Order: sequence, then C-alpha cells, then structure tokens
Amino acid sequence: MGLIDGRFEKNVATDAVDTVINLGRAYSLWPVAYGLACCAIEMIHTTTARWDLARFGAEVFRPSPRQADVMIVAGTVTHKMAPILRRLYDQMPEPKFVIAMGGCATAGGPFRTYSVVQGVDTIVPVDIYVEGCPPRPENLIRAFILLQERVKAMTIAKSPRSAEPPIRIGASA
Amino acid sequence: MIPVQRDIGALLVGDLAERLPGAVRQLTHSCGECSLHVEPAHLTQVARFLKDEPSWRFTFLANLSPVDWLSRTPRFEVVYHLRSLEFNYRIALKVDVPDQTLSLPSLTGIWRAANWLEREAYDLFGVRFAGHPDLRRIMLPDDWEGHPYRRDYPLAGRAAQ
Repeated sequence: MGLIDGRFEKNVATDAVDTVINLGRAYSLWPVAYGLACCAIEMIHTTTARWDLARFGAEVFRPSPRQADVMIVAGTVTHKMAPILRRLYDQMPEPKFVIAMGGCATAGGPFRTYSVVQGVDTIVPVDIYVEGCPPRPENLIRAFILLQERVKAMTIAKSPRSAEPPIRIGASA
Repeated sequence: MIPVQRDIGALLVGDLAERLPGAVRQLTHSCGECSLHVEPAHLTQVARFLKDEPSWRFTFLANLSPVDWLSRTPRFEVVYHLRSLEFNYRIALKVDVPDQTLSLPSLTGIWRAANWLEREAYDLFGVRFAGHPDLRRIMLPDDWEGHPYRRDYPLAGRAAQ
C-alpha cells in the first residue's frame, strides 16, 4: 500500500478504500509460527478442527516472517533467542502485529531468572497480551477477534495513526 | 548380575594405588556408588587408565559437572560420572580445581563427550579446561558476562540488581 499510504487527507474515497483493505487484512491475518514452549501446543490446538482458527481467517501459519502479518510469541523468550525474535519481526512486512501469548511472553512468567527475557515487549512492540499459563485456545481466538477490530479501525489516510495502547486479555475474558 | 558398587570402589583404589601411586586421595560412598577423589595433577593419567584398562573399561563419560562450594578452599570441584558399559560399573571422579588457575586438563582426548560438557562447565561456572580444542560458551549468548551457575551470581541476573 506504499503508493497511496499517507498521501491523502481522510475523505470519502479513503474511507471506501479503507473498508475494502481492512476487511482483507482483518480476515486474512497470517501468523508467523513462533512457538517457543508449551504455549505453542495451545497455539497449534487453536488451529485444529476443534477450535478452528480458520473460521477467523488466521489459520495460514507461515514458516517465513516475510509472508506473515502477525507474530504470536508463544512461549518463553530467552536472552539468547531475543535477537532472533527481533530479526524475524523486522523481516515481517508492514502492517505487522504482535500477540504476546501467555505469562512468559508477557512478563517472563514464573522464570524470574538471569536467562529469560522479562516480557517480550522489551524487544518488540506488543499489540495484545493474552493471559494464561498457557492460555486456552479460546483466549487466543479472542486475541484474534480483538486484533481484527483494531485492524478494521486502521486507515490509509494521512490522519495521525496514534500508537494504540496494547490490549490485555484476562483469563476471565 | 549387577555387581555391588561398594566392592568395586575398594578394588579400583587398590588397582590405582599400584599403577599410579598418590593419584587417589580418598574414596567415599554415597547411595551405593563410590567416588574417587583424584589429585588434579593425576587426572589425565587416571582417566586414561580407567578407560583403557581391560578390567575396567570406563568408556562412557555420562556427565561432568562442577560444584561451587563458595566458602571452601579450593572453591570449585568437578565431578565426572563414568560408566563401564562392558561390566556395568558406575563411579564418580571428583577433582578439586586449583583456585589460582581455575583450570583442569581437558579430557576431550580421552572421551569425546567431554567436549560439550566441558564447554558447558566453562560457560556456567567459569572453570577452564586446558587443551580443550574449542572452549567457547555453549548455552548462553557469546557476549554474556559472568558465569550464572556460580553461587554468588544473582538469580534474577545482573540486570535485576
């Protein structure tokens, strides 16, 4: 969208284009497969027939960050893994989103140790935090639904894209 | 039939006293297994003997781990867990690491398994192994400072201090 992105003030035409583009983006969020620990198992379950993430258009897990829109950081990030995570994030094309899945990716989880990154938001900007250890698939699906709402509010117009505060999903949500 | 571990300890010490006098300082038992406390200067010879001697054949270095006693002198000790697959023997070698050098001779030339185990010991405890072909960090990032398994290393890392 580089040609028109940010070139116009918000008007009727950009609104129409926004609607089409955002629908496309929101219902084909391709995640990059970034499973690091037990959360990865729940992430995989989310794509299976029982929970069926495909209903929300987000089942196409990509092994390459260059083909992905959203990174689900599913698991414990160590300091050794951190530069690799950042590199994969940098390789993702804009617009890109990050879901911090579970306690470890959110804040280090139970691992308050020398080797574990205390929250992935110290490395990459996080859009949605999902609570749980590990979160149930329903919680991850809810993260995708909220992410879709956020995507649908995006615009290609020049109006300032305020950095939106991250969403936090509680286990009771 | 599984031989009684306690018996092989005494036998082994007798054998070693004959071949390498002064190499074994002490024999201790724990949980049915025996530990030979070996002088650092004799470590390579003892290891070579244990592996090559036809009546022992400790061909398998199962594990190697340093111990940080912190307040003791010498501070570090390295424990080698050996197995003889041929005779189903299990022993441990315990060696004090000299405080001045924090270094032991590398056993990579005897057991190839020692390569990564010694790198791990160096990475996490800072014990060096002279003659190791590639003594780099193996677990932590290459630019890491310090050795986190030492007792005086803060659990949550230096950043948390």
